[in-house]
Amino acid sequence: MILLAAEDEGFQPPGVADFNLPPIFGDNPYTTKPIFLAFLSVILISVFFIAASRKALIMPSKLQFAGESVYGFVRNNLGQEIIGHQFMRFVPYLFTLFTFILTNNIFGIVPFLQFPTMSRVSFPYVLALITFVVFHYVGIRHKGLLAYIKEIMFPPGVPKPIYVILTPIEISTYLLVRPLTLSLRLFANMFAGHLLLLVFFLGGDHLLQGVIGLKLVAPFAFAFGIALTFFEFIVQCLQAYIFTLLTAMFIAGALADEH
Amino acid sequence: MLNPKLSNFAAGGELNPLVPHTAELIAGLIAFILLFLVLRAKVVPMFEKAFAERTDAIAGGIERAEKAQRDAEIALSKYTSQLSDAQGEAQKIREDARVQGAAIIEELRTKAQEEAARITAAASASIEAERQQAITSLRNEVGTLATELASKIVGEALDDQVRQSRIVDRFIAELEKSK
Repeated sequence: MILLAAEDEGFQPPGVADFNLPPIFGDNPYTTKPIFLAFLSVILISVFFIAASRKALIMPSKLQFAGESVYGFVRNNLGQEIIGHQFMRFVPYLFTLFTFILTNNIFGIVPFLQFPTMSRVSFPYVLALITFVVFHYVGIRHKGLLAYIKEIMFPPGVPKPIYVILTPIEISTYLLVRPLTLSLRLFANMFAGHLLLLVFFLGGDHLLQGVIGLKLVAPFAFAFGIALTFFEFIVQCLQAYIFTLLTAMFIAGALADEH
Repeated sequence: MLNPKLSNFAAGGELNPLVPHTAELIAGLIAFILLFLVLRAKVVPMFEKAFAERTDAIAGGIERAEKAQRDAEIALSKYTSQLSDAQGEAQKIREDARVQGAAIIEELRTKAQEEAARITAAASASIEAERQQAITSLRNEVGTLATELASKIVGEALDDQVRQSRIVDRFIAELEKSK
């Protein structure tokens, strides 16, 4: 946006530079907007859920019901159904993951905040790394280190020659593909979604400054941008769900016994 | 991602969106762990408590209802059995009464018949006795009368007891014959 204002000769399409926000206080790299948003989400989620769960009534208030709905969704649909009888150990992690990602995603369309934290790849990396550590740790604890590695490298029920192809695939799946796809899926969705909104809103803004014909087109750009905002909301919820779902499935896989 | 060309580009222009920033990595980790600790300590146990209490309340309610139902069924079967007992008893009492009544009637009838028979027998006996008595006294009187009459008529004293008796017998025999 700074670039846009500075240059007169034409429209500078939004790009990667729009995601590199400078630190707010001097040169301190810990004072960027995404970091503030991440901590803001921690405060908002904590306050909301503590307020919702504080009384733990049998007949819930509206607030408690709202909080319980989110919690119950993660607990039952993502925890109990996928992980099975040991699910309760992982509910706090899954719940934190879901609420943290969801809130930070939705920041992308909240007025004045309007930046999805997860479009900064560092945050999805951190979350995917935690999931990576958690599900491998669970698998090793459950099966023993050697048995776990053996199961990853040589999945049972496969003809021996196939291992030539399968073993490298399996190793890369467990060590590289899973955490990378997990983080990049979330990152890319948020990045692309934010970029799309920028294109339509900044583009519309630029059209308004053009000749009369372009001014007439501008409302369409804004209308499309608003429609895309709703679409983004769906994507944001969906990505939070998918990240948590896959984490639950990885944990379930690590806990599953050989068939 | 670790392609040297991309890395160079990122290092030069800081524009590769796939290269993480140390500050954000650390801040993200801290934020996430902070949130995790808060939710695990404060929120999850409370929601679980609410869920458990609710399950308990519902299960307890159902259990109480089932118990009430069971009690009601037991009471109903008790009353039903008592009622059928009472009905059976009443039936038995009625039956006994009928049998007893019949027995009493039978006994009375027998007694009455016996009495009647006894009275009849006594009456016949007394009639017979009276008849005998009447016959005897009649015979004596008729004999005496007839003897007196005959002695008066034939003028002959018939004092002799033996003769007298023979005459009377003949007379009565004739009398009976002519009857």
